[in-house]
Amino acid sequence: MEAEKILEVKDLHVAFRFQDKYYDAVDGVDFTLKRNEIFAIVGESGCGKSTIVNSIVGLHDKNFTRVSGEIIYDNANIANYSEEEFNKIRGRHIGFIFQDPLASLNPLHKIGKQIEEPLIYHTDLDKNQREERVLELLNQVGINNPKRVVNQFPHELSGGMRQRVLIAIALSCKPNIIIADEPTTALDVTIQAQILDLLTDLQKEIDAGIILITHDLGVVAQMADRVAVMYAGQFVEVANAEELFDNPLHPYTRSLLQSIPQSDSLGKDLHVIRGMVPSLRNLPRKGCRFAPRIQWIPESEHEENPELREVSKGHFVRCTCWKNFHFEDEGGN
Amino acid sequence: MWKTILRRVLLMIPQLFILSIIVFALGKAMPGDPFTGLITPDMDPAVIERLREEAGLNDPIPVQYKNWIVRILRDGDFGRSYTYKMPVTKLIGKRAANTLWLSLLTVILTYLIAIPLGIYAGRYNGSKFDKAVMVYNFISYAIPRFILGLLLLLFFGYRLKWVPTTGSVDLGLEPGTLDYFLSRLHHMILPAITSAILGTIGIVQYLRNEIIDAKTQDYVKTARSKGVPTNKVYTHHIFRNSLLPIAAFFGFTITGLLGGSVFIETIFTYPGMGELFVSAISSRDYSVINSLVLLFGFLTLLGSLLSDIIMTIVDPRIRIE
Repeated sequence: MEAEKILEVKDLHVAFRFQDKYYDAVDGVDFTLKRNEIFAIVGESGCGKSTIVNSIVGLHDKNFTRVSGEIIYDNANIANYSEEEFNKIRGRHIGFIFQDPLASLNPLHKIGKQIEEPLIYHTDLDKNQREERVLELLNQVGINNPKRVVNQFPHELSGGMRQRVLIAIALSCKPNIIIADEPTTALDVTIQAQILDLLTDLQKEIDAGIILITHDLGVVAQMADRVAVMYAGQFVEVANAEELFDNPLHPYTRSLLQSIPQSDSLGKDLHVIRGMVPSLRNLPRKGCRFAPRIQWIPESEHEENPELREVSKGHFVRCTCWKNFHFEDEGGN
Repeated sequence: MWKTILRRVLLMIPQLFILSIIVFALGKAMPGDPFTGLITPDMDPAVIERLREEAGLNDPIPVQYKNWIVRILRDGDFGRSYTYKMPVTKLIGKRAANTLWLSLLTVILTYLIAIPLGIYAGRYNGSKFDKAVMVYNFISYAIPRFILGLLLLLFFGYRLKWVPTTGSVDLGLEPGTLDYFLSRLHHMILPAITSAILGTIGIVQYLRNEIIDAKTQDYVKTARSKGVPTNKVYTHHIFRNSLLPIAAFFGFTITGLLGGSVFIETIFTYPGMGELFVSAISSRDYSVINSLVLLFGFLTLLGSLLSDIIMTIVDPRIRIE
């Protein structure tokens, strides 16, 4: 049976304003999220991945941002909802987990109060029921002594525990969608694995879909069902996780995978991608955006207006430059 | 929390000790003594010398300091005013009440004006209101206290005659009655407004910047991601966090008020400690000057103690468990 679609994003553009001009940080992104699925968006800092998820829940600064396209949740286009309308969805239907667990918790409020907050606005539970629910949630996220932790302040907890608290907050109202924006970046490796396991376990319990934002391909390989590789505001390759790792096609995806240090590459130089991510104001508006970073590939290999095309079932790639792509040191053919 | 506060209070003891030494040394460093003004050509130097000897002014300085501090601690005796011919405690006592009431009213007015201005300017930064607040801030920052005092006094006191121009209470009123209270308020309102207008500058600026800063904090984003209504995000998450520097600022506000009272009370001829201080300096009334400086210093320490206590209550991160 085909899993139920819970979120559909169509031709999403998110533009930021600099001195009265708008620049697209997200330039025509489409994807769907199904129940129980983990959809990962991978890319470098500044490629627009966080911008996508912020605009889905309306967390961007509306004075400087313009969102166009469709974000369809529960049969409604929420792309241009007002703050009040978003407040009914946020926390209740869509839970958000952030990157830096210390900065993301209010330093002056007790943990219990911070977890309780969404329950106050989204449920009819009374004070006692809410307190019970908070303890239950803390238990669920694997905190051993919830009764003590509810009365503690964020600075008294370890990084891993803080991230568990953030997960408890995101899950408090059993949302349909969980957005995890680099949830393990600020944690050390052993804690990372625990947090990711916890996230998948809890997802199964509440049948949610997860949008996972990360720059860590290791995390993607471990977690994701489908993956979108993002470069300079656009998806350049979308595929099932297995397919993507077995058969990466786009030069950017291949370069990223090539850059991962391997145990058998000891002593060799690490692969680096030449050049830099173009800044938002200097984005090439025409042609393949990755072309400046693979200059040894002749221009004729690129498309003039690169589109995302399905090359095999469920595997989409942008531009034609992948067909004859080779790394610089491999020589041409 | 109580531990932190107790520790902080104990810390005041060495501070006060050092303060007393500095105050005493400064008093000694001033040229002349209370008898300098009495010397006339036909006066016998031996008489002056006898008076000095009796007053203990010929003792070694450490001994003078010891006698001074012992009298204060043991008898609460701050000496006698040479000009007013009465004990300093009694002299200051009358004035201190006036200054404290004036300061209290000023503090209340200051925060009543500053907090709403700061909050709204910060929340709607870039708006017309915010710009107006900034203009207000720059203008009041540029006006010296005594100029503003004189202008207000001229306009509201002499032209419009809305408020009295001198004193702290009308004559012939019985203390404790409503009329007495209202009359005092009437005398205090203009000096208090003058101080408050200038006192708000720092607080408004701090609060506004803190709120603008807090809006971009991750925990505010978390609060919004929970679906907390915007107004509650401000009251529960942004405002309280923005109060921290205001609390830290509180001690300075007190200090500023005391320093300012010297000008304000002199301009409005309001019989408080500031006015007494100015007249004591011009008449070289040492015991009064020393006692007042000591008192100002003590109140400053008290102000910063108060700041720290407020900080301890508001911010759990600085409590000692």
